[in-house]
Formats: sequence, C-alpha cells, structure tokens
Amino acid sequence: MVGTVVEMIFVPGLERLRATLPKDARVFQILFLASLLSMGVLTRDFTLRWEQMALTFAAGVATQAVALRSLRIPRAGYLSAVITCFGLSILLRADTLWVHPLAATIAIGSKFVLRVQGKHLYNPANLGVMAGLLLLPGTWISPGQWGHDLAAAAWFVMLGGVVTGKARRWDVSWMFLACFLGMVLARVLLLGQNPWVFVHQLGNGALLLFAFFMISDPMTIPNHRRARLLYALIVAAFAIWWQYVLFRPNALVWALFLCTPLVPLLDRLWRARRFQWKPA
Amino acid sequence: MHLSSLLAVVLLVCAAPVHAFCGFYVGKADAGLFNEASQVILVRDGNRTVISMLNDYQGEPTEFALVVPVPEVLKRGQINVGDRRIFERLDGYSAPRLAEYHDEDPCNRRRYEMLERRMKNAPASLPMQDGAIRNRSLGVTVEATYTVGEYDIVILSAKQSDGLETWLIENGYRVPTGASRALEPYIRQQLKFFVAKVNIKERAKTGLSYLRPLQFAFESEKFMLPLRLGMVNARGPQDLIAYVLTRTGRVESTNYRTIKLPANMDVPVFVRGEFNRFYKALFDQQAKRENHRVVFTEYFWDMSWCDPCAADPLSPEELRQAGVFWVDPAAGSAPKAMLTRLHVRYTPATFPEDLMFQETGDRENFQTRYVLRHAWTGDEHPCPEAKPYFEAVRTRRQLEAATLSSLTGWNLADIHGRMGIVAKAEGKWWERLWK
Repeated sequence: MVGTVVEMIFVPGLERLRATLPKDARVFQILFLASLLSMGVLTRDFTLRWEQMALTFAAGVATQAVALRSLRIPRAGYLSAVITCFGLSILLRADTLWVHPLAATIAIGSKFVLRVQGKHLYNPANLGVMAGLLLLPGTWISPGQWGHDLAAAAWFVMLGGVVTGKARRWDVSWMFLACFLGMVLARVLLLGQNPWVFVHQLGNGALLLFAFFMISDPMTIPNHRRARLLYALIVAAFAIWWQYVLFRPNALVWALFLCTPLVPLLDRLWRARRFQWKPA
Repeated sequence: MHLSSLLAVVLLVCAAPVHAFCGFYVGKADAGLFNEASQVILVRDGNRTVISMLNDYQGEPTEFALVVPVPEVLKRGQINVGDRRIFERLDGYSAPRLAEYHDEDPCNRRRYEMLERRMKNAPASLPMQDGAIRNRSLGVTVEATYTVGEYDIVILSAKQSDGLETWLIENGYRVPTGASRALEPYIRQQLKFFVAKVNIKERAKTGLSYLRPLQFAFESEKFMLPLRLGMVNARGPQDLIAYVLTRTGRVESTNYRTIKLPANMDVPVFVRGEFNRFYKALFDQQAKRENHRVVFTEYFWDMSWCDPCAADPLSPEELRQAGVFWVDPAAGSAPKAMLTRLHVRYTPATFPEDLMFQETGDRENFQTRYVLRHAWTGDEHPCPEAKPYFEAVRTRRQLEAATLSSLTGWNLADIHGRMGIVAKAEGKWWERLWK
C-alpha cells in the first residue's frame, strides 16, 4: 500500500527526470566517480598526487585511442576508459609516478587482449589494481582510506546513483552486499562481538564503492540474471574467506580478480544476450 | 654554532635528494607527554610476530594483571622480559620534533636569493594443581605456567568467558567487571590467553621501581593489536602509541582510516620554549577534529638514518632487543628495518573492532616536524633589499600565527600577543563610510 503511494508520487517524477538525462549510464558513473575522487582528495587526504592522476588519464586515454585505431573499432568511444582511470585514481596508491600510467595501460589494454566469447574478461580497474599490487613495487591500496564517519552520506550518494542510472545491472550489487554483509553479521553473532562491529563494516566506503562501481560492471559479469546472482554469492563468500579465514587485506579486489575466470563458465551454463551500452 | 657556518650546513643539507627533510633538531615531544598512553612494539615479517608491551602501571604491584589473547600456547622460550630503555630509544628516535632556521642578512642579496630558491625546491610535505577440578567446571585449562623475570605467567584456554572471568577472579587477578563480554569473541576464535601478574619476590630481586616490558614471539596470520580488551573499564579516550617494525614499507590500518598528522609547517618561534604544550594541544585538536576515529601516523622512516635526528637510530643490538628477529648484530651489514610510529586516541564507541594492519608498498619517509624561522635582526633601512624583506617577515609571522591557531585551537589574539604582533583595530565597515 505504502509502496504504491510512494511509487505514484515518485515514479512519474523520476521518469521525467530520466527522460531529460543522457541515456548512457556511464556519463553518470563518471560524474559520481569524479565527485568521489574530489571528495577523497579534498577531505580524506588521499596519498595521491595530481601528477599521478594526470598520468593515469593520459596513459589510459592514449591506450584506448591506439587500440581503437589499430583494431579499427568504430564508435566505441572513451567513456569506459575514463571510468577505469577514475577507478584507478581512487583505488591505487604508489610512491612513484610511473606506477599509475603503467597500471592504466595494462588495465585498458587488457580489454582488447583478454577476451572470451566476445567479451573482455576482467574489469579493467580491478585488473589494473591487481597488476600494480602483484607486479609493481611501491604499490598498495588503502582499504581504510574512506573512514567511517561519512557512511550515511556514502549510502545516500550510491543510492542516488542507482536511482538515476537504471541502465546498469544493479542486481549483482544488491546480491553481493546482502551476501557479504549477511556473512559479516553471522560472524559477529557467532563470535559474540559487539554489534557495532557490524555497523562499522556497513559504513566501509571501500565496500560500497566495490559493490556499486566495480562488481557491477555489466561487461564483465555473467549475462544471465541467475548466473549473476550466483556469481555475486561466490565473490562474497570468497571475500569473507580471504578476510576472516586467511586474515589477508584487500579481500574485495582479490575475490573479484580470482573469481572472474568463472564468468565465461557461467555464461555457458546460462545463456543470455550480452549487455550493450546505450550510446550517449 | 656561528651563523654563517649554520647557514652553510642548511644549504648543504637542503641540496640532498628529494624527500630528505632539512633542519636542525631542537626539541621533541615524547610519549611520556600523554598520560595513560600504552606503548607497544609490534615487529612483523610474514606470519612471524613479536609484541612488546610497556606498562605504565602506577598502582600496587600485587594488583597488576595483564591479559592478552594469543594464537597458541606459548612456550617458555617465546616469552621474555625486556628492557624499558628500548621503548625510550624508539620513542626518542621517532618523536615529533622542531627544526629551526635562521634568516640571512637580506642585504647579502645573492646568498639570500640562493637560499630562497633552495628552500622552495625543498620538499613541501615533508599454577594450580589442586584446582584442576574447579578449573574443569569453569571450562578453563591451564596450558602452561612460567615465571619470567618479575612476572608469573599462565597460558590459559577457556570454553566460556564467564568461566574465565570467574577463574581469574578466584585466582587473585584484578579483572574489571564486564570483562567476560570482551573476552567472549576471543574464546570463540579459539585463542589462548596470556595472563601475567607480578611475582613480589622476583620483583624485589630486580631492584627496579617499575615493571619491565613483557615480550612474546609467535606466528599468526593476523597482523593486529587486540585493542578491545583494554577498553573494558575505559572512562575517557585512551592513547596508544605503536612502534611497528617491518622490513619494507609503511604500516597502516586496514579497518580504520590512517592519516598523517599535519606537519612540516612554520610555527612562531616562541613554540621553542613550550614544544610539549604545543604538541599536546595539536594532537588533542586533531584527534577531536577527526572524532577519535582515525589512526595517526607520527613517523615513518628507514631505521638506518634520520634527518634531523631527534635521537640516534637504534643499533643492531637494540633492534634485536626490540624483537627485530631478522637483524643479526654479528653479521656486520645492517639489514633493513622500517619504523612506523602510529598514535591512536580511541574510545569504545569509535573503535568497535580490534586494530588490523597491513604493510603497504609505501617507502616515502614522513616525520611530524615543525619549523621555526628566526628573522634576521638587523637594521630596517641599511639597503633597498631590507624593506621588502621585513615586509615578507611580517606577512610570514601573521601566517605562522594563523597556522598555530589552526593546528592547536589556541586563540589567535593570544598568539598575536605572545608574538608581539599589534593587531590593527578593525572597526565596523560603516564607521568610515561618511567620513
């Protein structure tokens, strides 16, 4: 009942709002990532230098340009490359200048090289970060960098993003959050920990960012809805194992990186049409 | 030191590679400044961990008890009573510091310009056999007992937290009420408990008026500090200073935000006389500003050098005593040890989880250093260059006052008063409108 009333009030307004907005959800993603990065740099004292950001974008866009030209791919555009560069700037930390552009080149290059069944395999930002962590010295990620005092604001921003950008496949985000937080809650209850431990995890900016901007990348998740939900469950369980059984840091990016090879397999088991970005 | 030779050294040091801070060490604010601050040395490489805990315990020795969750039943050889001096050495080496510079005569234009340029180029950011049955009914197993130095140590495993709490109380340990809730999560993770109390006879033998730090070495996949147990009877915010020693990179928390304290700023020269008061106010202000939700980095440096040095780096022997197991004093060459000094002001509400850490790939040195710049004290009008110099000094002093006020929360007018800056009387905007 209440739901219907809410829908009657809000849905027409939202539809009208959407009609006036660009069709390509990536434009919104860029806006959100840009505001998150600005917020991080200005208020969260990220250990990120502007030169590193500039080099990330320069290398990322250049790689995209070279690949599009040499492979003669028409109309693929630069939006996805820009998103990857934002992701790398937000996540990756290094004490040298050359790590960021190199990671951006690897990340975007991978889209054209590592392809299975007509889709690129890895989420480029995830692969870029992992390449940095595994191959490049002086590289790290700071999972605690967002702190917890902005939790409410972070949820609000993310939800705003979901409402306006319906084009994406958010089912995977919700399923992942439900599974991951469900397992965290179960652990808190099983161990008899202070319930605030759960609240503390709920306010983890890195978790929200991962759920809404990394695992939700429609190009690198299974095409079929059922496969996507199963995939979200597997990634969440893997991340919990990494974090609370192995006690190793950066569980989320590791889980996604190591579970990604399952995507072609899941696509084979459940067949469905491939995702296409609507042009802006 | 004579002024000109002082300057020469400044130039020399400033010409050193990037990220080397330059300046002269004149004062430090050590950990003793913060009442009730616990100090811990955490040494970690792979899964190998050595923890040293310094007790600032002031009460009756008979009432002292320390309970630490540990991942395994520690053998006698894994426990040691260390030397408090090692904490003092680490503290002295990594303490927040002041550096000072003296301006050159502005009429000596060429040297002055050169100095300015160099300055600009400098980096900006810079026992109990009889009780066996009772123990069983409480679910507590005494896994091992040792007497090490002035401590009687018991390693316990427990099935229920209230059983453990009862056991501790029955065996004469002073445990705060409500401890069982805090102990429960550790029991369910099948951790053991390292429990220490003071052996009065052994303590008398040491002839010391204080308790020496306890050290233990073990292997664990968890890179963490069990912060939560200490909060059971906490009233206000508590301070923890952790000296974390690793092989390669800076250490930060993975479940709390880790930030560097604002540092490498110019502050008024009067701070020299009251650096301790200044640093205490600064830390209070910054901790409040972050709502006691963050871990502050006070220092990160390769332990083989320092610049400016608040104290000499630790010798290989001292590092070994601190628990740095990969250092072999007999080997001659100095293997790497990186020191991250973390300072946390926490409350039960803002730190609901134990502190988890990771070693990052970051190798960029950092220190909390504050800079004093002494103005040249000569005649105001000997040469044309003097006038702009004195104007620049006035602007600089205003800026130093504003920085100090922002860092510490001190009243700006009071700071101006201390610095002898006469504030211009600012009237209302309309007072001069029709005059």
